[in-house]
Amino acid sequence: MTSFIPLVSAGEVAFWVCGPIAILLAVGMVLMRKPVHSAICIAGVMLALAVMYAAQDAPFLFVIQIIVYTGAILMLFLFVVMLVGVDTSDSVVETLKGHRVASFLAVIGLAVLLVMAVGQVFEGEPAGLAAANEEFGGNLEGLAALLFSRYVFAFEATAALLITAAVGAMVLAHGERLKAKKSQVVQAQERMEAYAAEGKHPGVLPNSGVYARFNAIHAPALLPDGSVAEASVSETLTARGAIVAVDQLRTPADRAFKAIERVHSDAEGESE
Amino acid sequence: MSSEPYLVVSAILFAIGVLGFLVRRNAIIAFMSVELMLNSVNLSLVTFARQHGNLDGQVGTFFVMVVAAAEVVVGLAIIVAVYRARRSASVDDANLLKF
Repeated sequence: MTSFIPLVSAGEVAFWVCGPIAILLAVGMVLMRKPVHSAICIAGVMLALAVMYAAQDAPFLFVIQIIVYTGAILMLFLFVVMLVGVDTSDSVVETLKGHRVASFLAVIGLAVLLVMAVGQVFEGEPAGLAAANEEFGGNLEGLAALLFSRYVFAFEATAALLITAAVGAMVLAHGERLKAKKSQVVQAQERMEAYAAEGKHPGVLPNSGVYARFNAIHAPALLPDGSVAEASVSETLTARGAIVAVDQLRTPADRAFKAIERVHSDAEGESE
Repeated sequence: MSSEPYLVVSAILFAIGVLGFLVRRNAIIAFMSVELMLNSVNLSLVTFARQHGNLDGQVGTFFVMVVAAAEVVVGLAIIVAVYRARRSASVDDANLLKF
């Protein structure tokens, strides 16, 4: 009996599914205009790499790749993308002439060099990790045995590295306060001094205007003489020109008053 | 299966990482490209470990991941600090040390 389906192992299936996905998503990461899309692409690359670790007898690294890279590092990237501005896409203008073509050619050269060099290093099938894992009773135990014997000083050094990184991030991300914070006492004193010097009103600012057909924060209040109270709307709204024109609000009221007067005078004319 | 296909994928991913780092002007995406390069080297380390039948390559990958985590924390803090000072995440705008 001949089998029409070639015999493939699960590892080969995982590789031929995840390898192309990883390369396509990596290309997508470079080509996407928005940083968020790039971050999503590289999350996919890291998941595909995790599956390839699992296919190569590295179950511990498979889990660590998903937890540390996809879980922690990518989320950190997304936080910073949100902080720095989601909709900042790259400008398409080349700052150096021919820079893109030159880098593309250089990278093609590098890729050919690496593939040529690296694609022929090994002859024969890989030794496999079964024996190495058996020695201490499993992959995780084997890694731990190496980590705490041969690589123990490197392990200690990473502890120092992580502490330094945490302190460095705190120092870099910390915004220094340029002026001392004003207390309430100081603020009250400043208000009264401004009142004494310039006659500036020390109390609360007036509310925004309330009209029969309109009641919103960008409608200015009116003073008793009918002029607009400048202080009743936010300065930001004034600067943006987002303020409702009071005359527009007056028109329907005026029209209604005129109509009432006309009806009133008609009624008086009829009664005479 | 043999190790060469894994190494070829790793080499291609590394080359794409270099391309992204050279071409993109957004600091965050350039940084992601660096991460891609680190990851591709991790893949080749895991492949070497399986080829030679010992776990040293996997320990190396573990250390690369630790260093990458620390590097990302500091690098992103630098990007945030530069953005706060210059209101831009483009690597072209941070040119005070030029000349």
